Amino acid sequence: MTDDELIWRIAGGSGDGIDSTSQNFAKALMRSGLNVFTHRHYPSRIRGGHTYVEIRASSEDVTSRGDGYNFLVALGDSFARNPKENAYYGEEEVKPLAENLDELREGGVIVYDSGLLDTDEIENFDQRVEENDWHVYDVDLRGIAKEHGREIMRNTAGVGVTAALTGIDTSYVEDLMAEAMGGDILEANLNVLHDAYEHVQEEYDADAPDVTVPTGEHDEEQVLVSGSHGIAYGALDEGCRFIAGYPMTPWTDVFTILTNLMPDVGGISEQVEDEIAAAALAVGASHAGAKAMSGSSGGGFSLMSEPLGLAEMTETPLVLVESMRAGPSTGMPTKPEQADLEHVLYTSQGDSHRVVFAPSDPVECYEQTRKAFQIAYDYQIPVMVIYDQKLSGEHRNVPKSTFDEEPNPDLGSVLTEEELEDQPHGETGIYHRFQHEGEEGVSPRSIPGQKGGRYLATGNEHTPEGHISESPSNRKAQVDRRNEKLAAIRESLDADERQEVYGDESADYGIISWGSQSGTVLEAVERLNDDGHPVKGLSVSEMAPFPKELLSEFIESVDDVLVVEMSSTAQFHGVIQKNLGRYGEKLSSLLKYDGNPFEPAEIVEAVEEHGSGEELSSNTRFEAAAGGD
Amino acid sequence: MSAFSAIGEEREVAQDEFTPSIEPQPTWCPGCGDYGVLKALKGAMAELGKNPEEILLCTGIGCSGKLNSYFDSYGFHTIHGRSLPVARAAKLANDGVEVIAAGGDGDGYGIGGNHFIHTARENHDMTYIVFNNEVFGLTKGQTSPTSPKGHKSKTQPNGNAKTPIRPLSMSLTAGASYVARTAAVNPNQAKEIIKEAIQHDGFSHVDFLTQCPTWNKDAKQYVPYVDIQDSEDYDFDVHDRREAQEAMHETEDALYEGTVLTGRYFVDDERPSYQAEKRARGDMPEGSLAERYFEDGDWERSYDFIDRHA
Ligand SMILES: Cc1ncc(C[n+]2csc(CCOP(=O)(O)OP(=O)(O)O)c2C)c(N)n1
Ligand code: SF4
Ligand SMILES: [Mg+2]
Repeated sequence: MTDDELIWRIAGGSGDGIDSTSQNFAKALMRSGLNVFTHRHYPSRIRGGHTYVEIRASSEDVTSRGDGYNFLVALGDSFARNPKENAYYGEEEVKPLAENLDELREGGVIVYDSGLLDTDEIENFDQRVEENDWHVYDVDLRGIAKEHGREIMRNTAGVGVTAALTGIDTSYVEDLMAEAMGGDILEANLNVLHDAYEHVQEEYDADAPDVTVPTGEHDEEQVLVSGSHGIAYGALDEGCRFIAGYPMTPWTDVFTILTNLMPDVGGISEQVEDEIAAAALAVGASHAGAKAMSGSSGGGFSLMSEPLGLAEMTETPLVLVESMRAGPSTGMPTKPEQADLEHVLYTSQGDSHRVVFAPSDPVECYEQTRKAFQIAYDYQIPVMVIYDQKLSGEHRNVPKSTFDEEPNPDLGSVLTEEELEDQPHGETGIYHRFQHEGEEGVSPRSIPGQKGGRYLATGNEHTPEGHISESPSNRKAQVDRRNEKLAAIRESLDADERQEVYGDESADYGIISWGSQSGTVLEAVERLNDDGHPVKGLSVSEMAPFPKELLSEFIESVDDVLVVEMSSTAQFHGVIQKNLGRYGEKLSSLLKYDGNPFEPAEIVEAVEEHGSGEELSSNTRFEAAAGGD
Repeated sequence: MSAFSAIGEEREVAQDEFTPSIEPQPTWCPGCGDYGVLKALKGAMAELGKNPEEILLCTGIGCSGKLNSYFDSYGFHTIHGRSLPVARAAKLANDGVEVIAAGGDGDGYGIGGNHFIHTARENHDMTYIVFNNEVFGLTKGQTSPTSPKGHKSKTQPNGNAKTPIRPLSMSLTAGASYVARTAAVNPNQAKEIIKEAIQHDGFSHVDFLTQCPTWNKDAKQYVPYVDIQDSEDYDFDVHDRREAQEAMHETEDALYEGTVLTGRYFVDDERPSYQAEKRARGDMPEGSLAERYFEDGDWERSYDFIDRHA
């Protein structure tokens, strides 16, 4: 195997410790100087089920998972042979090996646990090995693990074998183990690691490993983070000290990270009875003077619909995270999809009055969550950060300095008691909190407990003092002012310098994507251009208020556009057309909704076949532009 | 100096400070029991020396939810059934503020029932007043969770097949540490009970019988009433959970047989409030969270914690 990148896959049962092992190995690769990207595939159950984590490592930037992979460590599924539970699932046991063969590249490496797996149970195994020129290493990983410690440590043995075969320096792995554990456990794991390493060196020709891995060097310290970390850190650095939630995959990632941090930063985390309460708590805490957030995934977000509208009407700052998974209903809890877009844009009665960000990678998660808090508190408006199961769980290395930023606990458009004295008040001293005029549509808030600031916040339409009113002239003035904020927000976002267009600027073929698929599209665009197929890409991450100018400029600059999204009803395509009111004859769609994110090759193929009428080979669907065929 | 100088301000507070200039005269129907809650609340706050700007009154939706419009203080008229989660978060975030939640029987025992159970269970330091008129007032008289069995309305034309909920028993079981029932026709008792509820450290639940002459015609002016603390027929210890349970059960049954029993049913002064429990675990800052945003001082950064995760 001489690829210029390593795509290492470790497969086993859920609950076999694959997550932590792969996490450590990814970090080790990162510390050795490589760029890494992880992808986890797991079923919605606690133990058992076919699970794998993939690490792509390269000296080049990696923004996506690859097409297929080139190094497999198959552990065997421990749940499939749990005698205590009287559970024997026959074939399940070999699944970590059998089910991963289709995507293994030609010339790839297979390491499997011969203590657990029998290749005779896999149809045509030897024949496939020969046809694909796979290099197979059967190692009794379980035996090595048991000899020094416990059976579960066979994933450590898998890492030891990998290191021996690839020539990766085990010292990085050892350091990470020492950071994570101590005492007997550490010693046992180190013994397992070394024994596995030496076993391979003795058993096979160690001086001529048939796998070479790339090497690299970082010019500054890196950290391995996911999109969920980006969101949590962004919230923390904006002074968010109140989080309320109810567990739901994949939203639980952000909820857990922040909950663990709150005691150390003087904050409060509340796990509550349901998502209606979660959103209502965030509204209550924000109203009372804290920077607060909540969030959920599709089903839980449905329950937040009414409190969200309350925040819109009472102009209470609020940040909500929506971490999408495949729907409708319970759908596929551990699979990504981008089909909650319209749900987030429009849910709750009345005209929508909100801001929606859709970051595409961990760094953008951090930056846009910070922006979300700034806008929410400056403009007194709910802001949603929408991402998905893919971005939530995949880890990448980013420079540690990304997070070396100043905190911003500013409450935005809030008055002090002194400032309140100069503001208009009613006869008996009620503060005019909802004045008809305000800079950029904003009328400043007071906080309960402040002298001179009392007012009524209500979900009913209301007068400047917060009094319930159905007067037409007041209604129009209040709606107009609230709408004015959106125009002001669009303007301020446009003023930010951001790089959204990439690829060949003069190309007359464009690809538009949003959120988590953008990194994959970026890789596809690079490949197409390298293959002499001029293409440019646009990654959209501000969904509302919609960046009309950016989109129409891009669409105007090309002849054909492919909108790539994980939805079966082409929601983003629809949102573009609704906002721009035209371009139906230019916009085609590439849709995927089988539960797996796009792979670069799928996009490359769709672009190459565009207009040819050929069937696509992958699990995607092409939809031609209006008027085309 | 605090950024919230209305909190804890020592001064005389007059009842009419709570009367707003915009709508000084409530628009409830003549004879409505809701007037009784307003009066009792104003009286209680004045006597406790609480000023309008250290109070946050959170209401739900219903005739009862209009309380905010007639009581001048910081107010949050929320959505149907959700006053409690808004109110308890406000208290967690800004704990010097006197937080009161209020709403109807439909609002609190029906659509918001889940929040009622959990807010009581957690024992948040706040007061919850339920206007119990045994009917949906605002939406024109439909059957509510406390309507008697057999109660006829446009949505239950053949009479209610459901047994009414037991609000006091439910509250006790869920974990409220102060539970009382009062009635609009008993203004002095109502005021005293609300005062006690506010002073109680923990979740105080007041089931307030508010007659609705418009939609509940066969009812119920809630007279004559009996104050169980004053009556020789009832003798139980409000600090004893089992005895309280029995008295509540009897009171709930009696209401549908025409006897209106009111008074204090359960008081637990020992149980720490939720905020005390959280603080004991290091899950909540000692001082007011809201205050911190107005103070000078350093704020923690994610950068300082990154090695924990990454
Ligand atoms: C989600 C929702 N469902 C229904 C309504 C309509 N609605 C408003 S008040 C109310 C019931 C009011 O009854 P109750 O809570 O007992 O208050 P009351 O008017 O008797 O004081 C209903 C059903 C609403 N506002 N919101
Ligand atoms: S309808 Fe009933 S509850 Fe509503 S204001 Fe009239 S009397 Fe009171
Ligand atoms: Mg009612």
